[in-house]
Amino acid sequence: MCGYVLEMYGITKDYYGNRVLNDVILKVRPGEIHGIVGENGAGKSTLMNILFGMPVIYNTGGFQGKIRFCGVETAFASPRQALESGIGMVHQEFMLIPGFTVAENIKLNREPLKSTWLAKLAGGRMNRLDWPKIISDSKAALNTVGLGIDEMLPVAGLPVGYMQFVEIAREVDKQGVKLLVFDEPTALLTEAESEQLMSSVRKISDSGVAVIFISHRLDEVLRLCDKITVMRDGEVVASMGASDPGATIHRIAELMVGREVVRPSYPKRTTDPGDDDIILSIQDLMVDMPGEEVHGITLSVRRGEILGIGGLAGQGKIGISNGVMGVYPAQGRVIKDGTEIPLNNPAEAYRQKLAFLSEDRKNVGLILDRSVENNITVAATLVKSMFQKTLGIGRMGIRIRDKKSARKFSEEMIRDLDIRCTGPSQLVRRLSGGNQQKVCIARALALEPEILLVSEPTRGIDVGAKQRILDLLVNLNREKGMTIILTSSELAELRQVCDRIAVIYGGRLVDILSPDDSNARFGMAMSGRRAEASELTRRPTAS
Amino acid sequence: MQPMGKAPMPMDKDRECEVLGQGFKRGLKDSLKYDLGNALRNDLSNAMRNFLVQNIVPITFVIVCLLAVRWSGKPLAFLLQEVVFRLSRNSFLVLSLVVPVMAGLGLNFGLVIGAMAGQAGLIFVAAKQIPGILGLLTACLVALPLALGLGYMIGKIMNMAKGREMIAGMILGFFMNGVYQLVFLFGIGTVIPFSNKDMMLPSGIGLRNTVELVSVKWVLDELLMVRIGSVRVPLATLGLSAVLGALITWLYRTKLGQDIRAIGQDMRVSQVAGIQVDRTRIVAMMISTVLGAFGQIIFLQDIGTLNVYDSHGQIATFAIAAILVGGATVSRATVGQALLGTFLFHLLFIVSPYAGQNLLGSAQVGEYFRVFVAYGIIAVSLALHSMQQARAQAGLKR
Repeated sequence: MCGYVLEMYGITKDYYGNRVLNDVILKVRPGEIHGIVGENGAGKSTLMNILFGMPVIYNTGGFQGKIRFCGVETAFASPRQALESGIGMVHQEFMLIPGFTVAENIKLNREPLKSTWLAKLAGGRMNRLDWPKIISDSKAALNTVGLGIDEMLPVAGLPVGYMQFVEIAREVDKQGVKLLVFDEPTALLTEAESEQLMSSVRKISDSGVAVIFISHRLDEVLRLCDKITVMRDGEVVASMGASDPGATIHRIAELMVGREVVRPSYPKRTTDPGDDDIILSIQDLMVDMPGEEVHGITLSVRRGEILGIGGLAGQGKIGISNGVMGVYPAQGRVIKDGTEIPLNNPAEAYRQKLAFLSEDRKNVGLILDRSVENNITVAATLVKSMFQKTLGIGRMGIRIRDKKSARKFSEEMIRDLDIRCTGPSQLVRRLSGGNQQKVCIARALALEPEILLVSEPTRGIDVGAKQRILDLLVNLNREKGMTIILTSSELAELRQVCDRIAVIYGGRLVDILSPDDSNARFGMAMSGRRAEASELTRRPTAS
Repeated sequence: MQPMGKAPMPMDKDRECEVLGQGFKRGLKDSLKYDLGNALRNDLSNAMRNFLVQNIVPITFVIVCLLAVRWSGKPLAFLLQEVVFRLSRNSFLVLSLVVPVMAGLGLNFGLVIGAMAGQAGLIFVAAKQIPGILGLLTACLVALPLALGLGYMIGKIMNMAKGREMIAGMILGFFMNGVYQLVFLFGIGTVIPFSNKDMMLPSGIGLRNTVELVSVKWVLDELLMVRIGSVRVPLATLGLSAVLGALITWLYRTKLGQDIRAIGQDMRVSQVAGIQVDRTRIVAMMISTVLGAFGQIIFLQDIGTLNVYDSHGQIATFAIAAILVGGATVSRATVGQALLGTFLFHLLFIVSPYAGQNLLGSAQVGEYFRVFVAYGIIAVSLALHSMQQARAQAGLKR
């Protein structure tokens, strides 16, 4: 038996010159439950991708560092190889075939077979399935995970929580599994189901299988895991035993978030926005955006502020802007300056002087195969009939594009926003991410909005350009007095530019924090816990 | 006062309890009776409704067929004879559609391509005048490599056109029809040496329109012709279809069958589980094409005449209409549905001209009706399928 099942040393990975993992060390013993926590983009998934030898790693130039599995130095060239060597993965999204029974899913592509004469002629795929063995194996696996259901039920009708257990049963059933990776397994489960999941994870680890447990729920990680590794910005910032005195929720939360936030000295306003002047009031907003559902949020936006909306991926923060703008089906009330904006109607939202920069820049935000000028002017043309002139006399005329004014406006925008392009007629597809984002901003500005909703403005943009986009937003806020609602997964970015930051968890508002609040407070809010004042005063180190 | 006041109390209480108890009991009984009865009735009516909804197409066709049989005024023995022949002639072709549906490739409109391979085999046999069962086997042997190759090609193309397999198959059929005509209209006598001058056009290039399949006509049918009452039953031909049906059912239980079912349901999950999705789809397409070739050979030995440029034309359409009449859908088909559908569809084919003659004084109307039915059922089935898909997708989003 080996001392460690898995040892990873000095793992370093660049994506196109962008370092996402730096000298990561991870060691897991047999029978150990090893928690990995970190924000989105901390490098957890990349680390797992490297472990599994995912094609995405090799297509982007491989990685540096050493992996030893059971004491033998290896680097898996494909997921298949990793699986065959005894690493199992419980996926975040379900890898189940709905029309198959539970048993068929557990044994998918690993069905025990009985040999037939035809198989000797035509190859192994003509062997018959050994049904009695399929059923008995599945029963045993289901027992291990503690799910008492009929293995002959079709998966299609099962509750979501059960599907997760079926998936775990499949991994458990695999012979010779030495390491099992759970990628946020409790994200979709109810509390009771999470409890059961944790007890079956414990059972699995008791049988000597090592477990890597990736989760956002810090309390779960603390209760379940033997060791915890905290990652931040591609580095391991701490590795501790769960029973260490330092292993507390707010200590971990602090480590997860804690990076130096440099607040550039943006110009001060003459009057600070306050609660006495509310420009937009969101009441009981529910949004049905797949993967980012919002379950009732009430939020007031002050005139002239930059309001940040933060939280982990999948918790619903992105759903808010999309709901307000009518991009996804929504319920509730949104009131701007005393008039209610009808929901589910993007045109109406634009008419009320709201503008939106979508997080899905390439599909929703831009028409990639049109020119810069087209992209800048299209929204204003549609919503406000700008950049048009009338041919004919009076009401009899037809309205056509006014090329001159459109050209003039886009040239202005290219100059003001410093969009790097060969000219207004260049295709947007050819621009870099940062410049594409600026085109989006220019298009929003053409609408002359009072409120600008910005969703993930720096996603997929290189580091230098990120800062320019943020500076641009702050300028708009300070100079034009535009109210900005900025949604971002990058907390540092929010803390840099926002006046207040609303943290969303599970589709609900957890807390509204000041950018100067402590790391621990942010970390806890992002894992769904509103830090009580008493807890914060007990905190061991102030940041 | 007190004793007097106390005395009636227990009585009252008892009576109260009694009344309450009775009421309760009665209520319980009633509610039980009501609930049980209702539940049973509900269950039954639910089961009935489910059965009806799921089998609405075959049920409708049974009714239409019964009516048409009545209106046709033909004796049952005559109809039975016709149906038996048509069943023996067509069911192999219809069965060849089952495997691609299982594999999620939808209804194989590319079946015409398999039929072309079968016809190539028959043309070879007719040219060489190979008689009897040996002739049929030779035709199959010639068709087999052609069908395997073409099936591989269809499979490859369908892997490129995932999600649009049916239209791809149909267009491929049209395309291959052009290639087929090129080969037999211009290739024969120029590139391909051909000795049988009787089968060729007077110019010496290309085949005549019709080829009499003298050497293999009815050889399979007559191999084992059994008389049951006044009905002659070609047992050998029917037996082949039965064997094929059994083979397909058996395939379900093999590893290959399980893989085919898995990829038919979810390609991505199958891929992640390590099933070779593209390869399995190609295998399914090859199986279907080869079966289509054999099916066409069986079909044509019964007809006895090969329309070189025409016989394969509507093979796929009619086979697909038949399997749909049996209750199959784009995503679900069984051997039973294929056989039932062939029976009903061809019964309707037989009786509708007579029924049209008797009802409306024109056999043409019945003729129109059956063409209308064939294309109509396909159109409705395709529309239903895309509706279901849209609903499933909406469900996924939720």
